[in-house]
Amino acid sequence: MNVLILGATRGMGRALARKYAARGAALALLGRDAEDLQRTAADLVARGASAAVQVACDLEKTETILPALHTGSTALGRVDVIVLTAGIYASQESLEASPDLTEKLLRVNLIATIRFCEAAREVLAVQGGGTLCVFSSVAGDRGRKPVAIYGASKAALSHYLESIGYRDHERGIKVVCVKPGFVHTDMTAGLKPPPFAGDPDAVADVVIRAIDRGTPVVYAPRIWGLMMALIKRLPRAFMRRAKF
Amino acid sequence: MKPPERHEPDPVPRDPTSAIAGAASPAWTDVRGWGRLGMRAIETAPQDLIVGSRHAVLTRGLGRSYGDASLPPASRPEVMSTRAADRILAFDPSTGVLRAEAGLSLRSVNAVFMRRGWFPPVTPGTQYVTLGGMVAADVHGKNHHVDGGFGEHVSRVLLRTGDGHVVECSRQSNPSLFAATLGGMGLTGHILEVEFALRPIPSPWIQHETLRIPDLGAFLEQLSASAAHWPFTVGWIDCLKRGAAMGRGVLIRGRFADASRAPRSSPPEISRLRVPFDAPNVVMRDGVMRTLNAVYYATRGLRPAAGIEHPEKFFYPLDALLDWNRLYGRRGFTQYQCVVPRAAGPDGVERMLRVLTDRGGSSFLCVIKDCGAEGLGTLSFPMPGISIAADLPVRPQTQALVDALNETLIALGGRVYLAKDSFTRAEHFRAMEPRLPRFLAERARWDRERRIRSALSVRLMGDPP
Ligand SMILES: Cc1cc2nc3c(=O)[nH]c(=O)nc-3n(C[C@H](O)[C@H](O)[C@H](O)COP(=O)(O)OP(=O)(O)OC[C@H]3O[C@@H](n4cnc5c(N)ncnc54)[C@H](O)[C@@H]3O)c2cc1C
Ligand SMILES: NC(=O)c1ccc[n+]([C@@H]2O[C@H](COP(=O)([O-])OP(=O)(O)OC[C@H]3O[C@@H](n4cnc5c(N)ncnc54)[C@H](OP(=O)(O)O)[C@@H]3O)[C@@H](O)[C@H]2O)c1
Repeated sequence: MNVLILGATRGMGRALARKYAARGAALALLGRDAEDLQRTAADLVARGASAAVQVACDLEKTETILPALHTGSTALGRVDVIVLTAGIYASQESLEASPDLTEKLLRVNLIATIRFCEAAREVLAVQGGGTLCVFSSVAGDRGRKPVAIYGASKAALSHYLESIGYRDHERGIKVVCVKPGFVHTDMTAGLKPPPFAGDPDAVADVVIRAIDRGTPVVYAPRIWGLMMALIKRLPRAFMRRAKF
Repeated sequence: MKPPERHEPDPVPRDPTSAIAGAASPAWTDVRGWGRLGMRAIETAPQDLIVGSRHAVLTRGLGRSYGDASLPPASRPEVMSTRAADRILAFDPSTGVLRAEAGLSLRSVNAVFMRRGWFPPVTPGTQYVTLGGMVAADVHGKNHHVDGGFGEHVSRVLLRTGDGHVVECSRQSNPSLFAATLGGMGLTGHILEVEFALRPIPSPWIQHETLRIPDLGAFLEQLSASAAHWPFTVGWIDCLKRGAAMGRGVLIRGRFADASRAPRSSPPEISRLRVPFDAPNVVMRDGVMRTLNAVYYATRGLRPAAGIEHPEKFFYPLDALLDWNRLYGRRGFTQYQCVVPRAAGPDGVERMLRVLTDRGGSSFLCVIKDCGAEGLGTLSFPMPGISIAADLPVRPQTQALVDALNETLIALGGRVYLAKDSFTRAEHFRAMEPRLPRFLAERARWDRERRIRSALSVRLMGDPP
């Protein structure tokens, strides 16, 4: 099995890459720090990956996206799965305080991510199919006070992923949209964990199964599916007062 | 002579927009030792230890040391956790040599390498420890009598010392710093990377024997008789028993099974339960413990006396119940582990056990191990003799009990294990550690101001609070 991942250096991407390594997969690791990628590659090979090529790709530099996908997929030959976990988070307060930060977050989480997905669809289409798995968030499921801007980037992303899932069905491409709840990673370090916070390893188990089956939307930890179903039904009057 | 500073990544954070989460933002948390003793502290868990250690006061792994070794000093409540730095950096299948970031857990090592026919040369009784913690405590296993401590198998560590240098140490380069780091409880520097050799094993399964032993004398005899033929030996004794039955218990011995005798399949994943909340303090009352000990003694004897066993059940029986330390309630517990030198003989061991039983230091089980030759570590715990370890629930009289045990131990020429300790007094520690001045001198070479320190070093080594 051949898997291309953007985001394997940390958090859930790292955990997922380790699951594939344990299966003996050949990996193409896309990322922005050469030394970090090299250490990650060594780790994955020691854990069983049959290969781990490293390719420079930075979502803040959109011109790197196409060449990176090209280099990564050429090195692998055929790509069975393309995974994108890369993304950034910032608190609503800090985003409100800085229009530059807001723009950066929207550029990375939305514009660059969509550009990456558009290029990835072509890679998969040319070879006759495959799976594209992208990390969105529960934050995109319902408008909420603490995640107005970050949530908006993820809501738009979820919407886009659903649509390309329909568009590409005929071309043999499966699109998996992962919606993590709160997961303990560098991204959430320093934030107060809500109930049902998950850990990356358990999330990776859920995600790899969803990719195997081509599940269009998966919540991880799974309990967040129920929680969001509930939260989506809460009346506006309640949401106006709620802090979460 | 100080070595030149190694190349380090640019100190400017990669992402100047500090509001972006992902820079391992510091957070106030409850940090605790395994005995539940703890404090509020700012904990960071950087993925890049070279950068993250630059201003760190203390580094900790998975907090499996029982006492205050992994807790920062009260006046600088800051600690760096290595849990996010757990990458394997190199593995050579022709030699078994593994190099990894210090936060790699033994559980991951076993998960990755056991099915490929490799096992760590030394393992403590839990796999929820990090390589950094194993070096810092120079941990010992059931095979200390033949293989020594973990430090004997470590070829190299990368360390950030208190004065900010990042240095390689090994038997060849900075050998005295290397020796002080093995068993140095994190006080000589932040351990960033560890290199050691895994051992080839004939199969992942264990061939074991369990013997019921009626008293202490027989126990110690059996332990030394087993040492010649069995690489792994350990004894569990009922240390609430007095008189003739003092020291009755079970001796367990094992070795990796030959491929011809072992099951063909890999050992299956073991399902684990978790203690979900702190038990009320009454759970670990004396009567309860006495009953548990009796039940353990009776049921251990009912198990097959010999056979093939799952390696995790053999090496890590306590890992089957996650968070079992919560059974001790909020007051927590400590472990008293000491080594009684060979010269003190069975009488010495008996004297220690008598202090324990006379003073009512009830313990569910008491673990007895055979220690072999002293290793390279300047402050490492083991010395040739018998190690005794007893879990003690924290009570108002615990300090007096530990004092009494230590006074007897000092008279016998033994020492305590810092990875388990939280009650030893500085004067007792000095009396049992003639090696301390040598350790402190080496530490001072790299950290004159004692920037790196812990609650333990404040308590035992006179560090600034
Ligand atoms: C159930 C159980 C069974 C055990 N059995 C044994 C046994 O059989 N033999 C044995 O020897 N021990 C045993 N131990 C003790 C345990 O092996 C040690 O305490 C070990 O150090 C814990 O590792 P850790 O990663 O949790 O480190 P922590 O407990 O987090 O830290 C321990 C010490 O190491 C230092 N440290 C940790 N990482 C670093 C680093 N990267 N750089 C610098 N300093 C660092 C800390 O400052 C602290 O002083 C047992 C513990 C438990 C809970
Ligand atoms: N953690 C949560 O609770 C949570 C909840 C909901 C949704 N999510 C989403 O899940 C995804 C993964 O989150 P995580 O917690 O695993 O994050 P993480 O630990 O912060 O890891 C993020 C990964 O993305 C990479 N990355 C970030 N910016 C990049 C850029 N500009 N170009 C290339 N790579 C970049 C990082 O690479 P570097 O190592 O180079 O920085 C890293 O590998 C994100 O999309 C996040 O929004 C997370």
